Amino acid sequence: MINSVSWKNIWRNKLRSIVILVAMTLGLMAGVFYIAFYYGMAEQRINSAIKTESSHIQVHHHGYIENNEIGNFIADAGTMVSKLESVDHVQAVSRRLIVQSMVSSAETGAGVKIMGIDPEKEKQVTNLYTKIIDGAYFEEVSRNPIVIGSKLAEKLKVKVRSKIVLTVQEMGGTLTGGSFRVAGIYKTSNSMYDETTVFVRAEDLANLLKMDVNDAHELAILLDDNEQLDASKEKITGLFPKMDVQSWMDLMPEVAIVKQSMNLTMYITIIIILLAMGFSIVNTMLMSVLERVKELGMLMAIGMNRMKIFAMIVLETVYLSLVGGLLGVILGVLLSKYFGKVGIDLGIWGKGLEAYGYDTIIYPIIHPDYVVITTLLIVATGILSAVYPAYKALKLNPSEALRIDN
Amino acid sequence: MSVINIKNLKKIYNDTGVPVNAVNGIDLTINEGEFTAIVGPSGSGKTTFLNMLGGLDKPTVGEIHINGTQVEKLSASKLINFRLNNIGFVFQAYNLIPVLTAKENVEFIMHLQGKPKKEREARTKELLTAVGLEDRMDSRPGKLSGGQQQRVAVARALASRPRFILADEPTANLDSKSTENLLDMMEKMNKEENITFVFSTHDARVVKKARRVITIEDGKIVSDERKN
Repeated sequence: MINSVSWKNIWRNKLRSIVILVAMTLGLMAGVFYIAFYYGMAEQRINSAIKTESSHIQVHHHGYIENNEIGNFIADAGTMVSKLESVDHVQAVSRRLIVQSMVSSAETGAGVKIMGIDPEKEKQVTNLYTKIIDGAYFEEVSRNPIVIGSKLAEKLKVKVRSKIVLTVQEMGGTLTGGSFRVAGIYKTSNSMYDETTVFVRAEDLANLLKMDVNDAHELAILLDDNEQLDASKEKITGLFPKMDVQSWMDLMPEVAIVKQSMNLTMYITIIIILLAMGFSIVNTMLMSVLERVKELGMLMAIGMNRMKIFAMIVLETVYLSLVGGLLGVILGVLLSKYFGKVGIDLGIWGKGLEAYGYDTIIYPIIHPDYVVITTLLIVATGILSAVYPAYKALKLNPSEALRIDN
Repeated sequence: MSVINIKNLKKIYNDTGVPVNAVNGIDLTINEGEFTAIVGPSGSGKTTFLNMLGGLDKPTVGEIHINGTQVEKLSASKLINFRLNNIGFVFQAYNLIPVLTAKENVEFIMHLQGKPKKEREARTKELLTAVGLEDRMDSRPGKLSGGQQQRVAVARALASRPRFILADEPTANLDSKSTENLLDMMEKMNKEENITFVFSTHDARVVKKARRVITIEDGKIVSDERKN
């Protein structure tokens, strides 16, 4: 029955309760949506970085990372790939020959990183083939095909089937060049990457560099679960102790920060919103208690003990927080789910976002565990907010309270 | 058999540094089934006396025994429990819970006592019928007249089966017809069910109905008159 009284007490002053409920609902809805938006943006960035740029783990010859010398290659990479493919959670491995080079068109030139890949193997590790916006992924050009980024194509003023020349330093140190034809143009969410990375077939690059096609500078490993990153890295390091084994978090610290800041951002956002909500509830409940001093005095007089009075006021507060809080969370989840499907187009800030590697269309993501945590925090806020008003009620002296006119 | 037994009751306020003897040595016994009015001018100490009698305030000196329990010695939490099970309160301003219906208001006190639902419902129905409100059981206080609200308050006071009903100026806010109805109803309960009533009042109509009239002045009983 105290539950029922508490619930009915909330609706004594409907306008006041509705105002606080609307404030709570909007606040939490915005909070949940903001978190989902931030998560969506961050996860898209991380996934894109993993799927397009780095994969989960990379293995290099010791010393390669420091100076990118082409002589620091992994010999007989095929055997290593076979071993890596048998490691738990390893989904696919792509081996790459990499060299820094100059690329020139008829118009101009630029410095790029050439990735010599096995196009079919690379498909299993990265999603470059899905990013082709013009031409095809190594098809339709039989001799020396090259896939370049849209930003570079723009800079070099080249199109699909245009001829470009790569100038590299071969193994012996001699400068050499090769003519390649643009098979496809790709576009990722990272314009810097698009401008500086080109892809050719490994055998074409091996020919140019006078290397064995079985050599590699980099082994890119895709896992089936990002949660297994550290464990897999450890296993692979154990298998190849003389190699440099790095996860995407080591390779792209700027992206790792995004992941590490996700939880912090969520807690800061929710705590700010809940603090505001808590003070609003304290204010509302304090008014509510002070308005019914006489009634509380009567309840004490007729024999309602302090625990029950305390419980009644705490329940009122908890109900108020639960209604406003849950409504806000539910609306926030629905809003996030909706935009999670249709996406939020931030095209007007596209250039700025792409420069930092972010997609221009953000798909908010709701994590069920954060919804649960938020809901529990709402209940905790409700209970904490009740303490002061309830304490004020308990301090009343029934004989004095009964004499007050309100 | 005595329900209330008071010995040398005194209440001295010292808030301003000058001691004020609000109640200044009252000895009184009220027996079961009495219909007693306590009268006195404003400032006579009547309210202070009633607060102590109802266990809402502690005396400076003296003893209050209700049904054999020395009330002023009880701790705050025991006192609340004692009030719940031994004293029925009727207030001047009715003081019903506005968000509950008449039925729920009566039932609430039995809920506090931990009575089972069936018993609560049966007694609520019985009491509201006894006070003539069987057709207004689902009305909230705001939808009832002052007289009807005070009847609900009497039903609520009786619901816990107290040792006596303490009514603080119960007719002060009622018109003459409602006053008459309420008094008739309480008198009937007193006669038929032997319920003990103690009123504080200024109302001559209440005084007229009372079978014992105690007058307090300057914190002392100046007359104690029994009628036949």
